[in-house]
Amino acid sequence: MTRIKKKFNDLKNLNKTCLISYITAGDPSINDSLSIMNTLVESGTDIIELGVPFSDPMADGPTIQRACERALKQNVSCSDIFSLVENFRKQNTDTPIVLMGYLNPIERMGYDLFAKKANEAGVDAILVVDLPHEEAKDVVSIFKKNNLESIFLVAPNTNADRIKKILEYASGFLYYVSLKGVTGASSLNINKTLEKLEDIKNSVDIPLAVGFGIKDANTAELLSKNADAIVIGSAIVNIIEKSQNDKVQVNNDIMDLLNPIRLKLNNKISSGEI
Amino acid sequence: MKNSQKKRLNDFNLIKYGYPDKNGHYGKFGGTFVAETLIEPLTDLRNMYYKLKDDTEFLKELYFEYENYVGRPTPLYFAERLTKKIDGANIFLKREDLCHTGAHKVNNTIGQAILAKKMGKTRIIAETGAGQHGVASATVAARLGMDCVVFMGEQDIYRQSQNVYRMKLLGAEVVPVTSGSKTLKDALNEALRDWVTNVDNTFYIIGTVAGPSPYPELVRDFQAIIGREVIQQMQELDKKVDALVACVGGGSNAIGLFYPFIDSNAKMYGVEAAGNGLETDKHSAPLNKGKIGVLHGNRTYLLEDENGQIIETHSISAGLDYPGVGPEHALLKDLGRVEYGSATDREALEAFHELSQVEGIIPALETSHAIAYAIKLASKMKKNENIVINLSGRGDKDLNTVARIEGIEI
Repeated sequence: MTRIKKKFNDLKNLNKTCLISYITAGDPSINDSLSIMNTLVESGTDIIELGVPFSDPMADGPTIQRACERALKQNVSCSDIFSLVENFRKQNTDTPIVLMGYLNPIERMGYDLFAKKANEAGVDAILVVDLPHEEAKDVVSIFKKNNLESIFLVAPNTNADRIKKILEYASGFLYYVSLKGVTGASSLNINKTLEKLEDIKNSVDIPLAVGFGIKDANTAELLSKNADAIVIGSAIVNIIEKSQNDKVQVNNDIMDLLNPIRLKLNNKISSGEI
Repeated sequence: MKNSQKKRLNDFNLIKYGYPDKNGHYGKFGGTFVAETLIEPLTDLRNMYYKLKDDTEFLKELYFEYENYVGRPTPLYFAERLTKKIDGANIFLKREDLCHTGAHKVNNTIGQAILAKKMGKTRIIAETGAGQHGVASATVAARLGMDCVVFMGEQDIYRQSQNVYRMKLLGAEVVPVTSGSKTLKDALNEALRDWVTNVDNTFYIIGTVAGPSPYPELVRDFQAIIGREVIQQMQELDKKVDALVACVGGGSNAIGLFYPFIDSNAKMYGVEAAGNGLETDKHSAPLNKGKIGVLHGNRTYLLEDENGQIIETHSISAGLDYPGVGPEHALLKDLGRVEYGSATDREALEAFHELSQVEGIIPALETSHAIAYAIKLASKMKKNENIVINLSGRGDKDLNTVARIEGIEI
């Protein structure tokens, strides 16, 4: 059983919703990322999404763009990120790690080498933002060969036929983008998102995660009604940006953000209860 | 006149070579590398374009605008004095600088704006580097009564303040882009972000033959009017075309000239910006010096570092200052159908002065790269051969840049 599958099974048995937390690797430095990853776990994170910085992150809002710029100022590369994961794995073998990024840095390293190194380092899955299923066939099969799951995005304007096709390639979980927009946007419509999640849930045989624009515990709780996982990203990266040079402050603020979210996700509201 | 008009309306699809394929691939290049939210609007755009591209009414409307608003056909001008001076092939200039707004860009923006209108969109967005595409977008938005927002890197806003003012005069909002290198590539990122957020009412007019499918194809088709007119104009002069030369940034004016000649025997030369020189790291020549990668929705040649991060480019001309190039050029390079050379900042400046003084035509700095290359090429060709240069834009917008370099205060 994959680490991701086991995580979702365990959470299901405990009646908990999965908390996925995103940071950009190397923001503000690779060493800081390691300690922040541990903080994320201590604050109740179930799966860590590690952003691979890219110079042109066209699906990301200003918060994550700036995080990429901070990481790239220090020339953070895929190899650095693999070392980071390797170090994290020395202390933690059960928190799944998803690398999320854009295609070009992976293509430049070479798909086979990237997948091999990612797997060796202890990465569980890859989410390539700018790789729709039409272009994904070869890449996904290389990932699979190296025991890496492929996470795919589904958007509010993805129709049912397309979701079916995406599911032919997707594994681990399906990531529903809660709004038309970039990461960290503030235009999230909760009722609409709940409706859409309910539609999708019925046609999906892997866990369903929801992300983009979720910033607080109440929103997380409401959406957890129809989702197996909640993704928090820009809200965490904002904290890192605010107190870059103060590790203690960053750790405390992350705890303050995630602890209440964790609590709300601990007793999963089943569909129909609200 | 009626006959020739009819012919031009009908020869939209005469090319045998058959790229892109139905998935928008040019061999291993091109494609649709975007986040999921953009798939639907791109699919809608493709469907609409395929429905309309052979539609008589649409083509009538497009050609009405070409003739009455853009000012087409543009002249094919025999550069007699330059030819004499070079003492080689006969040099012809395709006068795209005489298009409304002063460059070939409007051929594309008017086509896309009509598409936008047919799709019921009320708001147009565009990215711009030098400002020419932004001006051409703002112009057609005004013509068709649509809102227009142009994204422009903060660096470029400073370099091209006159075009910023032009866009504002035309009623557009110019949004400064402060992320990344603050230039064209970042403006493109920002336009894509806006489009993802406002897909329901917004049409994104991409200014060059790059971006996700179907953009490289539809921009090419709207620009191909350039090459089709050249074919007809050379026929009327009873001359054959031996060589075609155009500058290549993203590559829309070059594709526009080349595409209708793809199945012919004419030799084709694309000219990239070599900046301080190809041997330095200050240039904008991905076809000469780049690696294959994925940026802005398509696979093509890119200037990037060893980690696959896009690097900052340099050219004296803001319009060529882009780290990628249209995927069809990448294919044409690999097929060997087009030869891609380059010209440095210095060579372009010399050509800028040369054409101004010998022919009384001040070319854009982008175009000056093509002229520099073509002058060398023509001198090695036979006197009975003919070379056509795409004079893609006029140089008024560059007067400040050139004066600044030469230490002249205007």
